[in-house]
Amino acid sequence: MDLKELYQEIILEHGKNPKNLGKFENFNKDAKGNNPLCGDKVHIYLKTDENKKISDIKFEGEGCAITMASTSIMTELMKEKSETEVKELIDDFLNMIKENSELKSKNINEDDKIKLMSLSGVKKYPMRVKCATLPWHTLISAMSNKPGEVNTEKEE
Amino acid sequence: MNINNIKKQFPIFNNKVHNNDLVYLDSANSSQKPQMVVDRIYDFYTKEFSNVGRSVHYLAVAATNLYENTRIMMQKYINAKDPNEIVFTKGATEAINLVANTFGQKFLREGDEILLTELEHHSNYVPWHYLRKLKGVKINFAEINNDGEITIESIEKSITPKTKMIAITHLSNVTGAILPIKEITSLAHSKNIPILIDGCQGAPHLKLDMQDIDCDFYAISCHKMYGPTGLGVLYAKKKWLDTLPPYQGGGGMIREVKKEGISFGDLPNKYEAGTMATAQVIAFGESIKFLNQIGIENIEKHESELTKYGEEVLRKNNSVKLVGNPKNKGSVLSFTLDGIHAHDIATILDEDGVAIRAGHHCCQILHDKLGLSATARASLGVYNTKDDLDKLNESINKCKKIFDR
Repeated sequence: MDLKELYQEIILEHGKNPKNLGKFENFNKDAKGNNPLCGDKVHIYLKTDENKKISDIKFEGEGCAITMASTSIMTELMKEKSETEVKELIDDFLNMIKENSELKSKNINEDDKIKLMSLSGVKKYPMRVKCATLPWHTLISAMSNKPGEVNTEKEE
Repeated sequence: MNINNIKKQFPIFNNKVHNNDLVYLDSANSSQKPQMVVDRIYDFYTKEFSNVGRSVHYLAVAATNLYENTRIMMQKYINAKDPNEIVFTKGATEAINLVANTFGQKFLREGDEILLTELEHHSNYVPWHYLRKLKGVKINFAEINNDGEITIESIEKSITPKTKMIAITHLSNVTGAILPIKEITSLAHSKNIPILIDGCQGAPHLKLDMQDIDCDFYAISCHKMYGPTGLGVLYAKKKWLDTLPPYQGGGGMIREVKKEGISFGDLPNKYEAGTMATAQVIAFGESIKFLNQIGIENIEKHESELTKYGEEVLRKNNSVKLVGNPKNKGSVLSFTLDGIHAHDIATILDEDGVAIRAGHHCCQILHDKLGLSATARASLGVYNTKDDLDKLNESINKCKKIFDR
């Protein structure tokens, strides 16, 4: 195990200064995620346009470096993505973390891929996987306008 | 048994964690097991195993005697009046559920109040919560002061004419505050209110004398007392165990079973339905022996010195903030680090073999009150040394290095 692989500079940077932190007025979708065992909480706000494209995304939350970095990187990547692209990216990311597969999405550039892959160090820390995946599950919930809160302890 | 050499009694310390010596600072969660307890489980299963209290054959009689012997050892260890005041349960959680359920059934009505404190572990809140829906009872929480303590004044202020039960922790698993349980018991009794003490953190560290404390119920977790998992003890005054209804129904707890009706067995069988955690009970006898061989006074002294040392070391570390500052503090050091979440701390410490806990430690009410979503917690046991606390501090400094780079 290598702590440096888990706490890469890019993660620490996003963890300390998360992008898109806050809330905006005219969101039309939102969802809350909670990891009760750790105390990580995220609340994601979305604005989707008539073509179901994400025109704006922000989040409020608190949590460990991994949760904050994962949410920050995710929100950066999701802006201006269509519903299909968002779904594809979410699947891609979750598969990378859970199934160890490579990123397949063609909708992101190399820089973004590096950002996402920086989170893959978490695979070696099974207790911390939930920290990385919480915002992504919460985004699924926000996109589908599911009522209720995403709870890591109720995941299938 | 020399307390300074006690690590040798615990086989777990022969193993490396990530190529480092194990620095185990998670005893408030669960303690490690001495060789004699581990051996007892093996010996019982390999040489002496039988179910207890049922058959008349040689093994059954011997196992029953061993099982009942632990009850007597426990009675003596906590100075209960009668061995029948010791009920084995599957844990302290079940012990508290037993009381909440049976006491609630028999004595509580809509509008009655139960008084807890803001320090309580979920296991001394959730069992009472069920009675809100079931019986319409109200739950009140005595408030902590700025040092994370519960004072007798705070309890007194929260008692109303409707308070029908007080259930409080002996020692907070977060702030380490040791509550004045004898004084609170006497206050409760002066108002005719029974009192339950959640002794999960008290029993492994402090001298217990049930007749002196005079509480009505005291719940104990055996795996935190160097004993096996799956076992707890409920101490309850005999008058209560005689009066309250049975908790679970099944074999072993009945006297006579007819199609028309059932009569229940005598104590202690009344509260021990089904096949109990036999091997664990017998092995727990060894835990009591282990504690007696060191002497609880020596344990108290050793752990109190260590706690003071740990506080000192962590206070000198400018980035560490200790959670709570109780005057009478047990072996718990909860803390936060500026800008680093508790789970990141725990993961980084783990790499050095330093095992701590991070999170809300099953005390969400308290963490909400403190305005913290999570804290890191180092908790001590009989095997810890000053060296362990120095290593904790070194690893904390490593966290800072990783995050400040």
